Amino acid sequence: MRYRLGIDVGGTNTDAVIIDESLNVVAGVKMPTTLDVTTGINNAIKKVLVESKINKQEIDYAMLGTTHCTNAIVERKGLCRVGIIRIAAPATFSIRPMPDWPESLRDAIGSNIHIIKGGYEFDGREISQLDYQEIRDVAKQLKGKVDTIALTAVFSPVRNDHEYEVESILREELGDIPISKSSEIASVGLIERENATILNAALHNVATRTVEGFKAGLKQEGILQAELYLCQNDGTLMSAEYAQRYPILTIACGPTNSIRGASYLSQNQDAIVLDVGGTTTDIGVIMSGFPRESSLAVTIGGARTNFRMPDITAIGVGGGTLVKEVGDKVIIGPESVGYQITEKSLIFGGDILTTSDIAVRLGMMELGDSALVAHIDEGFAKKAMTEWMRLINEGVDRMKISAEPVPIILVGGGSVLVTNELEGISEIIRPNHFPVANAVGSAISQVSGEINRVFSLVDITRDEAISSAKTTAIDEAIKAGAEPKSIEIQEVEDIPLAYHPGNATRIRVKAVGDLCQ
Amino acid sequence: MRLIDEKAIEKIALGAALLGTGGGGDPYIGKLMAIEAIRQYGPIQMLDPSEVPDDAFVVPTAMMGAPTVLIEKIANGNEFEVIIKHLEKYTGQKVFATLPIEAGGVNSMLPFAVAAKLGIPIVDCDGMGRAFPELQMVTFHLDGITTSPMVVTDEKGNSMIMETVSNNWSETLARTATITMGGSVMISIYSMFGHQLKKSAIYNTLTLAENIGAAITDKQDTDVLPIDRMINFVDGYKLFTGKIVDILRETRQGFNFGKAKIVGINADKGESCEVDFQNENLVVMKGDEVLATTPDLITIVDLETGVPITTEALKYGRRVVVVGLRCDAKWRTKKGIETVGPRYFKYDIDYVPIEERVKGAK
Repeated sequence: MRYRLGIDVGGTNTDAVIIDESLNVVAGVKMPTTLDVTTGINNAIKKVLVESKINKQEIDYAMLGTTHCTNAIVERKGLCRVGIIRIAAPATFSIRPMPDWPESLRDAIGSNIHIIKGGYEFDGREISQLDYQEIRDVAKQLKGKVDTIALTAVFSPVRNDHEYEVESILREELGDIPISKSSEIASVGLIERENATILNAALHNVATRTVEGFKAGLKQEGILQAELYLCQNDGTLMSAEYAQRYPILTIACGPTNSIRGASYLSQNQDAIVLDVGGTTTDIGVIMSGFPRESSLAVTIGGARTNFRMPDITAIGVGGGTLVKEVGDKVIIGPESVGYQITEKSLIFGGDILTTSDIAVRLGMMELGDSALVAHIDEGFAKKAMTEWMRLINEGVDRMKISAEPVPIILVGGGSVLVTNELEGISEIIRPNHFPVANAVGSAISQVSGEINRVFSLVDITRDEAISSAKTTAIDEAIKAGAEPKSIEIQEVEDIPLAYHPGNATRIRVKAVGDLCQ
Repeated sequence: MRLIDEKAIEKIALGAALLGTGGGGDPYIGKLMAIEAIRQYGPIQMLDPSEVPDDAFVVPTAMMGAPTVLIEKIANGNEFEVIIKHLEKYTGQKVFATLPIEAGGVNSMLPFAVAAKLGIPIVDCDGMGRAFPELQMVTFHLDGITTSPMVVTDEKGNSMIMETVSNNWSETLARTATITMGGSVMISIYSMFGHQLKKSAIYNTLTLAENIGAAITDKQDTDVLPIDRMINFVDGYKLFTGKIVDILRETRQGFNFGKAKIVGINADKGESCEVDFQNENLVVMKGDEVLATTPDLITIVDLETGVPITTEALKYGRRVVVVGLRCDAKWRTKKGIETVGPRYFKYDIDYVPIEERVKGAK
């Protein structure tokens, strides 16, 4: 039998699962997330190996979904100093790079900024030619001052030659310094793409340490031949080597994994997913097997990006949320004891009343010592539960797209607190292994290929443009390790350029397939 | 006269997104340009139209082309210096102040960047009171002010001064030049004198935008939804509340045509509604009933945050409110309705003011 190891690092817990080649869950464990993250991962691997009793040598793939990169940006820790080069002159001087970033993040990255000649028009014409001497001069100025470089050319999603040419000249001058190119990272929208590229370059060391730590952890546990993957925010995987080059793409993979894991465990492709954690409850939607994406601009650590993230409503209540009585009202949250639930809540001998205490009092679950909550008035407990379910129902309704009742999948350690009194729901599904759904999502991730660029429809028709885009996306998926037969076109989107008689349109196609076995 | 700083710009940008009625491009890039210019050159003087001398030469400034191009190929920033230099040389007039031609979208913001950079005032008014897609759709046109001499400049420094026989010709010729110049250019248009401005402009629309922005972001009174604060402030109409369930889009002659289908929630549960757009939102229907049409303002805003949503950012699943506002009286004249009424946009609907439609609604 061959196996996969899936890991998901969350704010409170690090989960690990082993699944077999038919994608059945063999074992799943939860361990506390540690401050250094890596220790928590190692602990989880150790425990899941013991519980699954499998032969370590039969693990072919190890997948990691982690918050390392998000944390590094939010805490401004371990970030590289980035040489920021925009290939655009004479365009774009009216808005310099990192325009509306928080000062602390800008300080962490440094202010080595250059706007040089080059870049493209929407139809691929040059704005201006590259000036090789200028590039060499910039390289000399950056030498020794920066750890990595972020290159962003105007309309590089349409044509990326300038980014590649500048990269090769920088290589001649600066050797093998890590260089992030915007055309490989995000789509049209200069500031947002440049932001993502700068953050990607800043994360280089964090990514390297994460990947090395994961490799070392696996080796330490005797898992020697597994191929390593990291989870991306679109529910697909990237190789460890790729992850070191594009760490920014790991941001927010957690919610994606939980939604996909829930869908897989329940064998349901279209449903609402409710993931109840210790501090918050994430509500997402699975459509045709993939998470519905948000249409809002996503800010990471205060920097605006144009990544496509899962559309999540997070409500500030979970299993560790505080319950208070104010007058004749019950107030739930938003404060929470979070991962300290095993010390501070009543059932564990603490002195703080939490939602879990209420659930134990009402006999909804067994946890800690129920005698410690026997004194709570039953009427009060029921009132608290009613208020909790009101908050949950409000969140669920927000995510529905029609009045039609839809199935709901309940996952996460705290989902036992959710009663069957859910409104507008056709079916309540509580799948096996629900507490570790996100690690399952990590283990079953697929691989993808994507294209997103502006096509001029002067010489070709819209249909021809879309079919050429599909071919490119499929090729990209195969390059990423997809089994060609399993590849499906998952999304096709075209947005006509407004106010524009030249008939240009932006086409985005994503192809997704299973990992080659 | 009062000074406009970064904070005021943030509010005006938010209000301008509402007045943009779904089109005009996301003011984000224009806002960043204005803020960068203020950081470099200091706050901007904003004049009431009454403070502009009758013989002062005032010049509306704007971008022309696809906002989708502008978000990628951002302006150099010197374009407007070039424009003003050419215009002053050509007309022999000294430019006294600038103003936006439209109060909605990205073009509401650019004149702030111009004013900061050139050290001239901006006048608190515009020629639409909202956003519209074509150059002749301004109140200046209704009063016979001409687009000429129009100046078109790209980021490379290329400029054209255009003298045309009609405002429609300016639109046609400038649009062709825009493509060749890379899809997004900076322009000055409808340059005029203070006395003309005072007669033809829609007054205090920048202050209106600022107050709308303030109403949406006001954190004082958290019991009232931002949308309700804003509706109260502008004396507008909550036409429909619901979830977007479908978006249809197509492109014709370079314009973004489409329709958003919305299914009712809360008070509108059981009903459904359609918003038709051609870059801007033009018609709202509830079943067979017309709730509002252009030139009255129709904007779709996020139910919870009150933040306006451009037609490009409409996505199914979002919970929204369709908001209606009365347009300026200048658009309700015969010529106004001919220029921007529903029939101009090929709808077989007569213009009826929104307040009458709402009164007669079921």
